[in-house]
Amino acid sequence: MRGFWSVALAVAWRVLHNVFTTPSLLLPGLIFPLFFFTAFAGGLSRVDNIPGFDFPNGYTAFQFVFVLLQSAAFSGVFTGFGVARDFEYGFARRLLLGAPRRAGIVAGYAMAATGRWAATAVLLTVVAFAAGMQVGGGGVDLFALYAMALFVNLTGAFWASGVAMRLRTVQAGPIMQLPVFLALFFAPVYVPLSLLSGWLHSVASVNPTTALLEAGRSLISGSPEHISLAFLVAIGLAGALSVWSLRGLRSAERAG
Amino acid sequence: MSTFAQVGQIARRSVLRTARQPANIIFPFVFPTALLAVTSAGLSSATKIPGFPTDSFLAFFLAFPFIQGALFATMNAGTDLARDIQTGFLNRLALTPLRGGALIVGQLAGVATLGFVQSVYYLTVGLIIGVRLASGVTGAAVLIILATVIAIAFGSLGAFFALRTGSGEAVQGLFPLLFVGLFLSSMNLPRNLIEADWFRIVATFNPISYLIEGLRSLIIAGWDWQALALAFGFAALLAIGSLTAATWALTLRLTRT
Repeated sequence: MRGFWSVALAVAWRVLHNVFTTPSLLLPGLIFPLFFFTAFAGGLSRVDNIPGFDFPNGYTAFQFVFVLLQSAAFSGVFTGFGVARDFEYGFARRLLLGAPRRAGIVAGYAMAATGRWAATAVLLTVVAFAAGMQVGGGGVDLFALYAMALFVNLTGAFWASGVAMRLRTVQAGPIMQLPVFLALFFAPVYVPLSLLSGWLHSVASVNPTTALLEAGRSLISGSPEHISLAFLVAIGLAGALSVWSLRGLRSAERAG
Repeated sequence: MSTFAQVGQIARRSVLRTARQPANIIFPFVFPTALLAVTSAGLSSATKIPGFPTDSFLAFFLAFPFIQGALFATMNAGTDLARDIQTGFLNRLALTPLRGGALIVGQLAGVATLGFVQSVYYLTVGLIIGVRLASGVTGAAVLIILATVIAIAFGSLGAFFALRTGSGEAVQGLFPLLFVGLFLSSMNLPRNLIEADWFRIVATFNPISYLIEGLRSLIIAGWDWQALALAFGFAALLAIGSLTAATWALTLRLTRT
């Protein structure tokens, strides 16, 4: 196990060092969630006047949950871009040769994704509170919300790294991003599920992201609902995609 | 060779180059359409807000892809020109009798063509999914003209950035800034229905709001001359300002080489 952790920590440290010392890598991940939060919570705040919109803590808290989960997923995806870049520049091949336990490489990238998201989550939370977000939930509820987002982050990282290790090119970026984007937006992003209609209601009703969003919103409002289901979805997705990522690593090994 | 023929040669190259790059074609068509579908479905209940100007959010939001498509045009024009600078093509052109103005105008032909095709596509998508233009057939023609002018205006801005920086990456860096400008506008709600004061003020001072409102007026209101005048006015202002700046930047760049 020592080999596994030494590889994981080394990979995580390298990625985090690169990200936090390269503004062009760091800033998009920090700024885009803030920008989405500002645009949605500020520009659409009148949406909570729609008849039937019954979220008790206001539109800022309603949108905060979505942007938190979105930032978690995309921090994972952005880490996948780094994996692809490592393969393109040949670094990943040297890493494969040097690592005593190669599964630690996947774990290291996942840990880096979490570290990267942690910075975004802190900034987003500070900005949300500064903007007057009302939180009904207590410490345990908020802890559960961030824990759920952590699994979303791991899901994004495992998905994107799996793609990156199979295709081994930065040009695979849209393949990493698009499914995540669709999974996030084919959900009750702007209004609760009950206010959606037509095809989006049908899609959102079976989209696992809906369970995460609704549970997250119930946590921030202090009246938790369907938390077990949401965690089951989050942990299940992260678990399944960790297998996807490890199989991607095997694919990269076979490709040499 | 006359200036007109010079423009024609550069324009032909610009159009062909745009057409030969799938990424230049696919993204401006797919992304705005996807966002149109998702946002209009997600916010359809916003039409129940008292004072909302139409009962179809799809019709209200249809102006968005035209503007987002124009932002892609900025990137295409700028990135192509920056590539010409980075590969030394511009330096070789500088050795020919080609006029600077012909280079910029010709370069924008690809953008204008793509802007026109995009506009027809977005309008067709809108009509297929049930949007009916309040301004009728003539309004459709004006909508396409306005959208093409907006694409040229943003394309000129991209050309200026390319000539000033000479870097494709710098031009790409402009995209998030313009994207923020788009989101901080009246794209999601009419300005009078934006509740947050600061957001309404930003949207009021944001010229992109007026471009969107001009396009939107043709779709949901009919002939709103004030909205149209503001949209054409801001688009023309942006185009003239950016073209002037691009011509100046080209002069500087050719002096350097």
